[in-house]
Amino acid sequence: MTALSTETSLAKRAAGIPFILKKASLSALVALVLFSLMIGIRTEAGPDGQLTYWTRFGELASLVGLVFGGSIVIELLRQWIGPTGAENLVPAPVQRGLSFLGRYLAPVLLIFTILLPVIFYDQRYILDLAILVLTYVMLGWGLNVVVGLAGLLDLGYVAFYAVGAYSYALLATNFGWSFWICLPLAGILAAFWGVLLGFPVLRLRGDYLAIVTLAFGEIIRLVIINWQSLTGGPNGVSGIPRPTLFGIPLDNSDDGLAAKLGIEYSPTHRIVFLFYLILALALLTNWVTIRLRRLPIGRAWEALREDEVACRALGINTTTTKLTAFATGAMFGGFAGAFFATRQGFISPESFTFQESALVLAIVVLGGMGSQLGVALAALAMIGGFELFRGLEHYRMLVFGMAMVLIMIWRPRGLIGHRAPTVYLRKAQAISSDLVKEGHG
Amino acid sequence: MSGAKILDVNQLTMRFGGIVAVQELSFSAERRKITALIGPNGAGKTTVFNCITGFYKPTGGTIRLAHDDGKVIALERLNDFRIAKQAKVARTFQNIRLFPGMTVLENLMVAQHNMLMRASGLTFLGLIGAPSYRSAEQSAIDLATDWLKRVGLLDRADDAAGNLAYGDQRRLEIARAMCTEPALLCLDEPAAGLNARESAALSELLLSIRGDQGTSILLIEHDMSVVMEISDQIVVMDHGVKIAEGTPREVRDDPKVIAAYLGADEEEAMAVMESGS
Repeated sequence: MTALSTETSLAKRAAGIPFILKKASLSALVALVLFSLMIGIRTEAGPDGQLTYWTRFGELASLVGLVFGGSIVIELLRQWIGPTGAENLVPAPVQRGLSFLGRYLAPVLLIFTILLPVIFYDQRYILDLAILVLTYVMLGWGLNVVVGLAGLLDLGYVAFYAVGAYSYALLATNFGWSFWICLPLAGILAAFWGVLLGFPVLRLRGDYLAIVTLAFGEIIRLVIINWQSLTGGPNGVSGIPRPTLFGIPLDNSDDGLAAKLGIEYSPTHRIVFLFYLILALALLTNWVTIRLRRLPIGRAWEALREDEVACRALGINTTTTKLTAFATGAMFGGFAGAFFATRQGFISPESFTFQESALVLAIVVLGGMGSQLGVALAALAMIGGFELFRGLEHYRMLVFGMAMVLIMIWRPRGLIGHRAPTVYLRKAQAISSDLVKEGHG
Repeated sequence: MSGAKILDVNQLTMRFGGIVAVQELSFSAERRKITALIGPNGAGKTTVFNCITGFYKPTGGTIRLAHDDGKVIALERLNDFRIAKQAKVARTFQNIRLFPGMTVLENLMVAQHNMLMRASGLTFLGLIGAPSYRSAEQSAIDLATDWLKRVGLLDRADDAAGNLAYGDQRRLEIARAMCTEPALLCLDEPAAGLNARESAALSELLLSIRGDQGTSILLIEHDMSVVMEISDQIVVMDHGVKIAEGTPREVRDDPKVIAAYLGADEEEAMAVMESGS
């Protein structure tokens, strides 16, 4: 029996060899076509401005060979491991351990985050990085309302971030209003622009919505650049006031917090204060989002993502539902923007490019659309991970891109793909990501 | 329009470009009765449904809905979600449209959206956890539980709707429509894809909805066993016009219906019609 099964498996493998070779040859052929111009021929401007070129067949051959060999290795690995991949790769006890870990991951992460300034008090770099990560966590959670819950693809989220930042910067520098008055105003103004954008575009769906939101993000940036009398144009706004602890500045003066408490002044105080400020703002975003999900409006968002036609048949006003999603997401973006302005002390249109929108959207998609913990982990991985590869210098983007591709192969629905129900009779069961829709805009 | 009629469709016409899908169709549905709309494929039944439920705007004609309190609503003037919200017309779809990634219970909670939105003070009261909202949510869960019991899905309440068997999904869609507490329930082929036992259970469910809730039902159906058993009134359409109307017995014996609906072969037609009785 054993002999027989060994024989058949051998036969299978033997039958597979031509297949593997064929596949590898095809890959090599594609590589040859691609690289023959990219690598095989090197062109440069000569000393007199004319075009000079020379061939590099050696490099071309080695690369094509590499693709051929790599393709064989990957195919062999796949046959050896089996078609399903990840499930077979990770043994059952490890998976159980991971699910156990998963239950306590969120509280442990939260406690660690709260204690972070205590642990790394002297390490300014880590504190700064943590503030940056938390800013993106907050942006991710804000965009998650629009993309993850309501299923509306928004490529111009940075517009609301910019509106929030400029709202605070201009109100504070022109009128001298304090951060705590400007913060809600920045949120309200961003939400207002969210609704303004929402009205014309919400009849669009899918790709069309994405393109219009993308354009909106660019329009806001261009308006900021060109409206020089108000925004200072490309020079930006500088001298934005630092936040105060309910009127007590965190500086070296006699009225400062350090002097009042009778302790020695240190610039780290301000960093730690900013850290807890963004942590509080991010946790507020998280709390409100979790809360909203369990309210009828949140359920309507998710229902909209699942099936818009059915929503209409149930008497749900899809327009206002979409608008509230846009406004809520935009408001959190505005808060984050106000924080960004007060932290930097200087803002310019360069901080609000499409790349920021793409980064935040990548965080939401990577985290698993709709999952709060997933978005936080993804922000940590994207921003923190990007810093981690700093030593690799200009290969950093390459490594980072490859890591992204690998994660999307293994976990196509994001790090945390399943969905937790908002209400239950007996037992809350996680819903598999296969059933949850992504929305069509 | 008398008090006995809940729905009065008058001279309804729907054109798509040059194609006339429905032409000057008039019929009415009685209160607390089951009215069936039947006809061969392409007769325009679903188009009529889409006009009544606001998914299409009719090219011409009127659709009047009379509530129990005597209020008359012109459905052809309302659009979209307002027909479900204000006119209290609920519908199901020929190809089931549940929220597959949400649990069975969540599906029924979404159906009570408008009631819960009011109770949550447009979200703000709900956000701070006001007791009035909590009690409203509990009563919504109770209503959902009641319907889950009636359609026999109570033990599946916390499963994803997309994981239910086909027949269960059909029943859940009806329960979801009923959770909006409609005056008129429009069902588009509710028995499609069900086996004989499930069809019988569906008939029973629809009869109990008519009997216990007093909800009027408008039904498109191809399954003659269901139509003939439960309908009080049948409207037969072909090529966008009404060709017959009456009780199941009258319609079954109408030679025009037999000819149009089941083709010219009268003997075969009779056999199919009889099998449904």
